[in-house]
Amino acid sequence: MIRALEMKPGTPVPQAEIPALDQEEFGEAMLALAAQDCRIAALFAAPHPLADPAGRLRIWAVMADDAAGTVWVLRSRAIKGQFHSLTSLLPQLHLFEREIAEEWGVLPEGHPWLKPVRFPPPVPGRASVFGPKNEAVGHMDFFRATGSQAHEVAVGPVHAGVIEPGHFRFQCHGEDVLHLEISLGYQHRGVERALPGFPGPRTLALMETLAGDTTMGHGLAYCRAMESLSGTTPCPEAEILRLVMLELERLANHTGDLGALAGDVGFLPTLSFCGRLRGDFLNLSALVCGSRFGRGMVRPGGVGFGLDRERTALLRERLQATLADVEGAIQVLWDSGTSMRRFHDTGVLSREDATALGLVGPAARASGLERDVRHDFPRGWYEHLRFPIPTRDEGDVFARATVRHLEIRQSVNLILNALSALDPDLASDPARLAPRTAASPPLLARDALTVSLEEGWRGEICHVCLTGPDGSIGRYKVVDPSFHNWFGLALALRKGQISDFPLCNKSFNLSYCGHDL
Amino acid sequence: MAVMLHILLALVLSPLLLGIIARVKALMAGRNGPPLIQPYLDLVKLLGKSSVYSNTTTWVFKAGPLGVLAGLVVALFLLPAGRVPALVSFPGDLFLFAYLLGLSRFCMVMAALDTGSAFEGMGASREAALAALAEPALMVGLLVFVQRSGSLSLTSMFGVAASAPAGQSTPMIVLVAAALFILLLVENARIPVDDPNTHLELTMIHEVMILDHSGPDLGFLLYAQALKLWVTAGLFANVLCLGDLAGTHGSAAGSDLAGLTGLGLHVAGILIVALAVGLVESCMARLRLNRLPQILASAGALSTLALLLLWR
Repeated sequence: MIRALEMKPGTPVPQAEIPALDQEEFGEAMLALAAQDCRIAALFAAPHPLADPAGRLRIWAVMADDAAGTVWVLRSRAIKGQFHSLTSLLPQLHLFEREIAEEWGVLPEGHPWLKPVRFPPPVPGRASVFGPKNEAVGHMDFFRATGSQAHEVAVGPVHAGVIEPGHFRFQCHGEDVLHLEISLGYQHRGVERALPGFPGPRTLALMETLAGDTTMGHGLAYCRAMESLSGTTPCPEAEILRLVMLELERLANHTGDLGALAGDVGFLPTLSFCGRLRGDFLNLSALVCGSRFGRGMVRPGGVGFGLDRERTALLRERLQATLADVEGAIQVLWDSGTSMRRFHDTGVLSREDATALGLVGPAARASGLERDVRHDFPRGWYEHLRFPIPTRDEGDVFARATVRHLEIRQSVNLILNALSALDPDLASDPARLAPRTAASPPLLARDALTVSLEEGWRGEICHVCLTGPDGSIGRYKVVDPSFHNWFGLALALRKGQISDFPLCNKSFNLSYCGHDL
Repeated sequence: MAVMLHILLALVLSPLLLGIIARVKALMAGRNGPPLIQPYLDLVKLLGKSSVYSNTTTWVFKAGPLGVLAGLVVALFLLPAGRVPALVSFPGDLFLFAYLLGLSRFCMVMAALDTGSAFEGMGASREAALAALAEPALMVGLLVFVQRSGSLSLTSMFGVAASAPAGQSTPMIVLVAAALFILLLVENARIPVDDPNTHLELTMIHEVMILDHSGPDLGFLLYAQALKLWVTAGLFANVLCLGDLAGTHGSAAGSDLAGLTGLGLHVAGILIVALAVGLVESCMARLRLNRLPQILASAGALSTLALLLLWR
């Protein structure tokens, strides 16, 4: 009997129903769940009581059971100063425990790789476990290979291309990479610290800009959390439109990624085609809601914009035409022998490593893990659709590119399928689509917890919301898929070529600001 | 006169080659692309700026661009253009030619190492490794023409006049030309060997070595790059005897008109090479870095095969 609460994502539960475990029990329960093929979705600390930021801490964990379609929620009794680290037994926790240590000044005892994550400013009233020297972002002790043949290459945080800032430290032997250490935190804005309180229109705006390319993913996860806590159910038309927008976001990003992968090996035709076609998908988002990134589309209780008969037909027609073009552009890439020679066997991440690290999204599926929130934890209109999870076993750049290609086809099918069930008369009725305006936020259940899971285009997005006794948000935890996957990139580079790093990096295409929050 | 004209054309027209490549790539991608004279505009812009030097660099870094450019200009003086003889020629000048290219590369590598940057060190190491494989292939390729013509000077090595019956040497010429085209892509850091347009500093070879140069120094290097393309493409055109096509029928070697026509064909050949480089870049991906020795080995094999054919 595992002392944890099993629940469906999207159902609110009173916090009192979740058993409070002491340190040993907490560790045993986590390991027992991991032994049943559950993986970590979120691990975080929250003060107890929630309103007292300087109070004692409870550790909360959310483990996802993909096979059963449920999540297990655990919490510890209040701890003081330190807690038992489980990283050496469950490597997928390593970054979560470092995050807790850094945010709350508690020491994970026995953590094998205790280093800062985001270098946030210290919380008043809490000491830093890293001492006072961690003032500037990126200042920490990096792992070093020594010896006359080893050399170190430092890249970033300022890069040659227009990309987000991050620091990469390579330990190399000639052209071979012995180890890569990734140090982020340059984009830390303090999102989670800004969220407690009563949700308002700005909360949604904050969520939509959490990672700019995942507007729909994070916006939807937040709205579902609010709906779950306030007992609202959006109408089916709104759910269909949400699916359409989420899949359009996936289409635009996957198409852009495939183009960029071609660009990184210097193969210009696919780069040029996909650059334009990504814009076509973004324009379809704009066709629905006026924003190419889907800003303002999803809101608690429904969607902000409808879709009339005329635009539905236009959407369907342009979607099919763009898919045909994308297929052509990708076929050119597959037919290019020189590109394929670069893609195959580059940046291999084994299934074992991917499992141990708790990878999510296309990167996990490219290493043979059948994980897809849309399939395993279907919500909204996904409950009505049946589809297989596209996976590959190679775990290399080629596999990650192929999974994206397969998902592009699948997304178009999902959209067309969902649109065929859309009643245009109902879908253009604003009162029906968004019963509640963003200006009048919902009343939330008190002392409750809810877990919200969405499959963003990068992978699983997990939001956990804890409400206080007054029905305000007491603690809001955001886990971007990048938080799980960054270390996967570091492992994929081991024994690889340093000149293949940009290609590997692009094949994961992780978010810096989603990680840094 | 034709000799001076050749040097003048090379010095003036070489940046145009970079413009042609960029234009071809843009057109292949469905874009208009920059104007053909963009490299000239870049050069003017860079020469008008002042250079910035990092504190870790020494005179080696400052001397680098001058050495690179000087080596290539002198190499150009040794290069004939079809029937038009080189400005300077003497027995054995082909060795000087090869080693002037080497000297230019040496200056580039030293300047890169002088910055002490990990990136530039990587670029320098890659450049030196490639050069070690490229030089033998070039020398063997030239040896074919030495053997065929019995001359150790670039000016009298090439051309139909220097050969035995023309038909017999065609396979050798084709083989050496193929090897030289590969070497041209390597020497000029083009796809599939290097990507001159990438921003990914970890994958670069040539571009990463000039990261720290700025202003006139960078202008010198850009011009040197254009000149190198001209010189290597010129060698390629000589191997194909492009400049000879006009003057094969009985005209005296000294005839100005035949010389000029030959020079025109030679220059046209060089422009076509730029076009070909643009086309290759538009439809090929870069090779993985650790595969580059293989493509250089294939260039070496082609040259050697040509030599064996000759000795047969």
